[in-house]
Amino acid sequence: MQRTYEVMFILRPDIGEEDLDKLVSTLESQVSAAGGTVKNVERMGKRRLAYIVRRFQDGMYVLFTVEGGGDAIHELERRLRVTEPVIKFLTVRVDKEQARLAKLKERRKAPAPPPETGGEPAAVTA
Amino acid sequence: MADEIQRQATAEAPAEAPAPAPPTPAAAPSPGPRGGRGPGGPREGGRKYFRRKKVCKFCVEKIDSIDYKDYRLLSQFVAESGKIVPRRLSGVCTPHQRRLSTAIKQARNIALLPFSARM
Repeated sequence: MQRTYEVMFILRPDIGEEDLDKLVSTLESQVSAAGGTVKNVERMGKRRLAYIVRRFQDGMYVLFTVEGGGDAIHELERRLRVTEPVIKFLTVRVDKEQARLAKLKERRKAPAPPPETGGEPAAVTA
Repeated sequence: MADEIQRQATAEAPAEAPAPAPPTPAAAPSPGPRGGRGPGGPREGGRKYFRRKKVCKFCVEKIDSIDYKDYRLLSQFVAESGKIVPRRLSGVCTPHQRRLSTAIKQARNIALLPFSARM
């Protein structure tokens, strides 16, 4: 079952640049070992947390876009849970939302010509 | 027997009631008008000031996706206290409010938005 997920996680702010790179690459390889593919990695940088998490005020945000089945996500989440610098993570399934958006976009593109309800009164007033 | 006792009690009660009653009628006139004013309180008409028609921001600006990552957008719909602003205040339509509240809850979970105002 191919699905698309977004996995966002927060790392402790005192993590070094190379440690971050190392962690990201190991997580990527673990995902591909579990049968998923990491489509995109976005480092959102350091940000102030909205509330204190494990006594941290700030955190390094990283966003993975993962394609794969539930087991790949399950494995990734398990890894995140045991990885020490990860203080919080969130997985969101996005494929349904993307499909909905694509459909909406298409529909919006198609019936663009008949907006006569708006055009009609303008013509009358003019 | 029990009935009799009860009847006695009930018989006594009215007898007792009239005794303290006189003061209450005296006091009653003042609460009476007050009670009468109560229902009249909600100003009839209510068209004293002009209220602009609220519109759904997401419908107007054609924002299709309400994403949890877009905390700048979401924070417009979160009160100072951290609460989600109700539809009747923000004017967001029902389908969008549904998506909005999910997105806000997701954003809260990943510490982009607060659950409650800072202590």
